[in-house]
Amino acid sequence: MSHIIDRRKNDKGKSTGNRQKFLKRVEHQIKRAIPDIISQESIKDTKSGGSVKVPVRGLEEPHFRHDPKTGKKYIVQPGNDRFSEGDRVPKPQSGEGSGRGKGSNSPQVTEDEFTVVLSREEFLKYFFDDLALPNMVKKLMESTESFSFRRAGYTRDSVPSRLNIKTSYQQSLGRQLALKGVFDKKLKGLEEQLEKTKKKEEREALELEMEKVRRQANTIPFFEDIDLRYNNFERVPIPVTSAVMFCIMDVSASMGQHEKDIAKRFFTLLYIFLTRQYKNVELVFIRHHTEAKEVSEEEFFNSRESGGTVVAPSLKLMDKIMRERYDESWNIYCCQASDGDVWSKQDALECKNLVLETILPNIQYMAYLEINSKERESDLWQAYKRISNDDDFAIRHVYEPYEIWPVFQGLFRKRSEVVS
Amino acid sequence: MTDKDNYKAMFCNPNWDYETLEAADEVISRIGKEYLRLKTYPNQIEVVTSEQMLDAYALTGLPTSYPHWKFGKDFVLNQNNYTKGRMGLSYELVINSNPCISYNMENNSTCMMLLVIAHACQGHNAFFANNYMFLDWTSADSIVDYMAFAREYILKCEEEYGEEEVERVLDAAHALMHHGVDKYKKPSKVSAKEETERLKKLTLIKRENYNELWRTLPSMPDVQETSNSDDHRFPKEPEENILYFIEKYAPALPPWKREIIRIVRKVAQYFYPQGATKVMNEGFATFTHYHIINKMFDEGYVNDGFMLEFLKSHSSVLYQPEYKSKFYSGLNPYTLGFNIFMDIKRICQEPTAEDKQWFPDLIGKDWLQQVHYVMENFRDDSFILQYLSPKVIRDMRLFTIVDCEYEDEYEIGAIHNERGYRKVREHLSNQYDRATLVPNIQVTKVDLHRTSKLHLTHYIQKDRRLDANSAKDTLDHIRYLWGFPVELHSKNKLGINETTFEVK
Repeated sequence: MSHIIDRRKNDKGKSTGNRQKFLKRVEHQIKRAIPDIISQESIKDTKSGGSVKVPVRGLEEPHFRHDPKTGKKYIVQPGNDRFSEGDRVPKPQSGEGSGRGKGSNSPQVTEDEFTVVLSREEFLKYFFDDLALPNMVKKLMESTESFSFRRAGYTRDSVPSRLNIKTSYQQSLGRQLALKGVFDKKLKGLEEQLEKTKKKEEREALELEMEKVRRQANTIPFFEDIDLRYNNFERVPIPVTSAVMFCIMDVSASMGQHEKDIAKRFFTLLYIFLTRQYKNVELVFIRHHTEAKEVSEEEFFNSRESGGTVVAPSLKLMDKIMRERYDESWNIYCCQASDGDVWSKQDALECKNLVLETILPNIQYMAYLEINSKERESDLWQAYKRISNDDDFAIRHVYEPYEIWPVFQGLFRKRSEVVS
Repeated sequence: MTDKDNYKAMFCNPNWDYETLEAADEVISRIGKEYLRLKTYPNQIEVVTSEQMLDAYALTGLPTSYPHWKFGKDFVLNQNNYTKGRMGLSYELVINSNPCISYNMENNSTCMMLLVIAHACQGHNAFFANNYMFLDWTSADSIVDYMAFAREYILKCEEEYGEEEVERVLDAAHALMHHGVDKYKKPSKVSAKEETERLKKLTLIKRENYNELWRTLPSMPDVQETSNSDDHRFPKEPEENILYFIEKYAPALPPWKREIIRIVRKVAQYFYPQGATKVMNEGFATFTHYHIINKMFDEGYVNDGFMLEFLKSHSSVLYQPEYKSKFYSGLNPYTLGFNIFMDIKRICQEPTAEDKQWFPDLIGKDWLQQVHYVMENFRDDSFILQYLSPKVIRDMRLFTIVDCEYEDEYEIGAIHNERGYRKVREHLSNQYDRATLVPNIQVTKVDLHRTSKLHLTHYIQKDRRLDANSAKDTLDHIRYLWGFPVELHSKNKLGINETTFEVK
């Protein structure tokens, strides 16, 4: 007789372990591919969730095999429609040869098509493996940490209020059944003995014994300590802090599509990064040419308005918004992107003072990203250089998309944080 | 009568439930037994989801296997293809074990479920239980057990020696999987328990043996160097089971690595008949489900609507694109096998003059008996060589393309005509011969007393040389296991060395 089993309920993810082994094997490739991914358009997808495709190579499993180009081969194929014996047919051009459909039953995989699809979580893990937001610890220490409780199975020992009645009852039932079985068996044995013997004394002794067993069987305690099961809870810290990021972008005439694109990628990265660390992340977009304006994300990246460059108003606007909307409990970050062009040395100087005096004391970290090809040091760069210390204010040059990731990494590399 | 109506109502309802499966299995088993006289292992039918099917794929159908990244890779690959819609999952997967375990996809319709049960649980099952390759080379009783043992053993090794080292050994052993099969010696059948006990005993003994065998005697080095007599030759006979040779004689391999090699070797051995009987196995299973379902129709278990769905699935299984179609990817083993089996039946029942000339032995025989005989005693290459008939060649319009390395053009070697039948048959048989697919490489010599260098010889057949890159990589793996330099000579039919690969 056959045995029919419904397996659907159990045994899911049998391959998880092997999949992880596989991912581990291509880990360095995935990490290496990340800058590429960031340089590509797909960065938006990583923000919206979903999956990331990483092409991987070098996974051949070598074995001895024939070189398909060599030798003389006879290949039988179906559906002859026009050939006669002895006909000659030109071989297909390009190195393909007769590689396919030779009747080998191992499906050949072309390695360059092989992509690993990472879940968002997995991707972020590789993405941010070695990164930490500067000054995270400082703010976390200040804020009151809170915990939530999450169920985590059962324990045998806890307070009565956590008693799980159903599970305990099941345990008790099992124990009672088991014990009862023992007594029943014993009783049955005694009964058989009783039937066999005729002697009065023995019979009495047996009956006494039986009575004892019956009593025992009836007095199996309903609950014993070993039956009791308590709900178990784990304390899970929940991020309570909020963060706000100010994105300040220069949109003067000198900032072309390329520069804005670079800035956008950088902001996006920062946004993904922040959402991972904080429960609540807000973004403030400020764009400026001669005047500064708070705008929506859409407008931030797409508006074509432009003009001359005065930088200082944007910092002033940021300061104003900060004071109006974000109190002490917020972690404030700022990222400023510009090609470094300023109206005058005076403007640069004003920026420097603003950053130093009103902004830095109130925020966690500020990064200034200069998007130009490093040929010259701009006035803004020179002004900022004097106050940049990397701890809470860092300045960097970026020009090509592939430079973004290393810079980002450099800015946010995990530091050996000393909590004083 | 009401009973049959009951069945009919169940089978013709596209939504199946547990009782439907039970009833289907009952009816199908009975027909398989009475009508087709099939002897099978007991069945274990498991209903699984597509995810579980992907898991099953990755472990090539085994319910459990040792952990290895390769299985993860296969899983990722299948999953990619599946989610992109480039690949459908097969409706069933069945493994050669006793009881015979088959996985059926939950989203099959009732009709598909019946087809699958007839195909896998009767067809494949009977094939596993009766074909000589499976009976001789695998032990269906113990494979599931053995894989559980293998898993546990490798997990233990990972714990003790580190995952990386274990992976290294597995990678190397996998590279030689095709060369880890005994084709002439039959493997002994042992259960997992015996296996564990044997292991305990043998590790010690093996070690001693190895000391004896590999004791290098520095005395008289000159004599040994010059005397190239066969007395000192080791191994005495070339050994084609390279994995076995390494497991047995690698000079410096710790016992646990030998055991891992042994595990991989056992798995290779287990899958060896599968590779050699694909056409027959699928052909026979298709032949079986075709007959069983038709019989069910004849006996009134299913209605016309059911049969329409059945025929649609059946013919899509047998779809064989022509060579110039963009869907063409080789001969469909289902089609080829099914056609040959059906033709054997036809020849037994209604032979033509041509058949009388080609298959005198089949004429007038009981078709079922002949089908059984063929199913039990052949493998793909011999099956085709013996039973591919002119009619099947004509029906499929088979022809041979000759691809010679030094020519700019293909030549059409033979087509479906009088002159071509025998040639097509021979060529097709060769195509399924393992020797055509797996290069013939054997261990020919070990420098016993000096370098411990391992010499392999590749016997070139039909001028087919080795792919240099993969050969080099594979040799690296052998080098790792063997622990000493390895050399591979490719020799042509005159015995002259053409290429040498070497790893120092």
